[in-house]
Amino acid sequence: MTDLPGYPSRRGFLKGSAAGVALAGLAVSAKAQPVEPPAPLEDYDCQYFTPEEWAFVIAATARLIPSEGDGPGAIEARVPVFIDGQLAGDFGRADDWYMVGPHDPSADPLLGWQSPLNPAQIYRQAIPAFNAWCEAQHGKAFIALDDAQKDAALTALQEGDVGLQAELRDFFTILLANTKEGYFADPMYGGNHGMQAWTHIGFPGARASYREWATRHNIRYPLGPVSIKGERA
Amino acid sequence: MARQEKKKDVVIVGLGWTGSILGMELAQEGLDIVALERGHDQSTVPNFQYPQMIDELRYGVRLKMMQRASQMTVTVRRNEAETALPYRSFGSFLPGNGVGGAGTHWNGLNWRPQAEEMQLRSYVTERWGAGIIPEDMLLADYPVTYDEMEPFFDRFERVAGISGQAGNLKGQKIDGGNPFEGWRSRDYPMPPMPTTWDGQKFADAAKAMGYHPFKAPGGIASTGYVNEYGMQMGPCNLCGFCERFGCYQYSKSSPQTTILDALKRMPNFSYRTESEVLRVEMAPDGKTATGVTYFDEKTQEEVFQPADIVILSSFQLNNVHLMLVSGIGQPYDAMTGEGVTGRSYAYQMTGGVTMFFKDEEFNPFIGTGANGMSIDDFGVNQIDFGREGFIGGAYWRSGTTNGQPIRSMPLPKGTPGWGADWKKGIKEWYGHSMSIGSHGSHMAYRTNHLDLDPTYKDRHGRPLMRMTFNWNPNDLRMNQFMKGKMEELAKTMGPDLMQSAFKGDGTQYDVRPYQTTHNTGGHAMSSNPREGAVNRYSQAWDKHNVFVTGAGNFVQNTEYNPTGLVGGLAYHTAHAIRTQYLSNPRPLI
Repeated sequence: MTDLPGYPSRRGFLKGSAAGVALAGLAVSAKAQPVEPPAPLEDYDCQYFTPEEWAFVIAATARLIPSEGDGPGAIEARVPVFIDGQLAGDFGRADDWYMVGPHDPSADPLLGWQSPLNPAQIYRQAIPAFNAWCEAQHGKAFIALDDAQKDAALTALQEGDVGLQAELRDFFTILLANTKEGYFADPMYGGNHGMQAWTHIGFPGARASYREWATRHNIRYPLGPVSIKGERA
Repeated sequence: MARQEKKKDVVIVGLGWTGSILGMELAQEGLDIVALERGHDQSTVPNFQYPQMIDELRYGVRLKMMQRASQMTVTVRRNEAETALPYRSFGSFLPGNGVGGAGTHWNGLNWRPQAEEMQLRSYVTERWGAGIIPEDMLLADYPVTYDEMEPFFDRFERVAGISGQAGNLKGQKIDGGNPFEGWRSRDYPMPPMPTTWDGQKFADAAKAMGYHPFKAPGGIASTGYVNEYGMQMGPCNLCGFCERFGCYQYSKSSPQTTILDALKRMPNFSYRTESEVLRVEMAPDGKTATGVTYFDEKTQEEVFQPADIVILSSFQLNNVHLMLVSGIGQPYDAMTGEGVTGRSYAYQMTGGVTMFFKDEEFNPFIGTGANGMSIDDFGVNQIDFGREGFIGGAYWRSGTTNGQPIRSMPLPKGTPGWGADWKKGIKEWYGHSMSIGSHGSHMAYRTNHLDLDPTYKDRHGRPLMRMTFNWNPNDLRMNQFMKGKMEELAKTMGPDLMQSAFKGDGTQYDVRPYQTTHNTGGHAMSSNPREGAVNRYSQAWDKHNVFVTGAGNFVQNTEYNPTGLVGGLAYHTAHAIRTQYLSNPRPLI
């Protein structure tokens, strides 16, 4: 499986989801027992991100899906691990996209992706540009801001108010999309650690067999999720 | 120097639904046939098997069942004044890739058009006069009638294994079916699928308002089934992974489940994958094709495949592109209105209402792509176009499917898109909403068309095709009519919250969100060579041994999903080749 396009490398997978693999052998329910605390992201060996980018992605995703409140945050779900794997693979390189020029990155957004850069390049160029804006506003890089300042900065980024050049204007859109993908995708991609995000909302993952449930009207489906590799939660 | 293969009786370009149908029907005539498929080979096992297929990220989001834009795409502009830009990252529509084509990853929504839709120009002019037809609308009749097509619709439903409940058997209305459908010579081959909670609630509300709910038909096996080719389907388990996915348990109608294994056993049929046809080659007299030239991915060379009959059965956009680069039919010129290839491009007008019920459980991951209850009370043949000020109609449906959380997370308007309140919202609302969709017709216009782009090229150096498309006031008015009627019904259901999503006046075409892969026209059928690229048998007007199948044949789009009409027309074409063309190859009209 790990040599297929779009899948994380074996090395990244094993590092990123060691705790998830360990869980696979245990027939436990998430309701009966809390999920093991994940290995610290600080120790993760990135496939794509530089240390500075990695720190940014941890800090930004932690605000997009915060840890506070009911349910996992992006950190508990190990969303940054997912994003690193995606950017190192065919998504990051835009292998499936038509990237031939000429490009008009200032075109009407309704005409879709027109940047000459692929998603991996956008992260690489947009993170320092956004950090420079944070420095200019607050005298600090994004990771050093307090939570309220981080949220305000992300809102400015979302609304196109941080002066990114047109080639980078889709940065927030892909950052948020990738964050939610990492939260909800099958855990074999490195995020949704322990299927916590599926448990949080009541999605049963890869069970995919519900014949008798079609006519059980207005009754909540009772079983917790399974993953493609057979983990249960 | 291109390699040359041994001549065949028939070469088929694209092995999806219509290529498989033509292959099977013509193989039964004993013809020597080769099908050329741009993509990879794929079968239920191993390509669609459990659990690998149950992967929202890989197939739902990264679109690994689909054509890659890097392989082939189009450029898009909204009007003649704009510079078209490439559709670089797919969103609005998703052509398939590989053996089975879009027939592998569809939802299974299989409908017949209405008799009135087949003769829409005549129907409109007889009732309201030509004066209600907008000046730029290319409103046309299909050059075949519903009555002529009925045996072919029936044949396709039998082969594809459609589940449903007839509403009109030879003119007799049947309780529980769609009372507004065209007549059927017999019932569906399988009974309808069971109904989930959202469909039931919708049907109850619709009935209370005097509408006529029925179980939606679908290419989803409700029982075990064996078709005329000996292909066997197994009953669906409502896994919820239809749209964008291959079916892991032989339940969804597809070339794989209903035709291909039988076709592959025919000794006079063969197929080559990773063989992308670059152009159709013409005889010196220009009246016939001599075969096709394709790019062989394995040997990285061009290959000429001679054949007596050429069937273009790739996806609508790819068919039109091949015709434009090969010189089949005069290219349509939007300025003069002359020409046929690229004319009559149309799409689909959709909308919907989402209702939130905080104390109800909808289990949105349980379902099928064709799940639910429908009404057709606002269909084309039920609306007074003169009074309402538009031409068109829609069917409505409610039934869970997908329900996978990356893409399916309806939240009440005002819920933030990220942060603590988003995380709270997804727990509060996932599984506690239902929606009703309106699936509406889309007319053809002088201004919406396809031609070759002057700037951008594909990986073989051919010009990309350029799509000039925008929404038109007629169809937007139809959509707003549906919005009003649907909100009125939704309110009677007493949701805690509700919200609508209907395109309205001034909406510009946006290529980013998925809308539908019901791209139609561009090689429309016509009763004369001035209004379409092919005749009533899908035979090219100007190259009599070239037949072009698929939704590109549509003169304008109907209110329904296109596959039922696409399949019926493919059988109609196969019948004409078998009974009229083979014995005496010539223009059939």
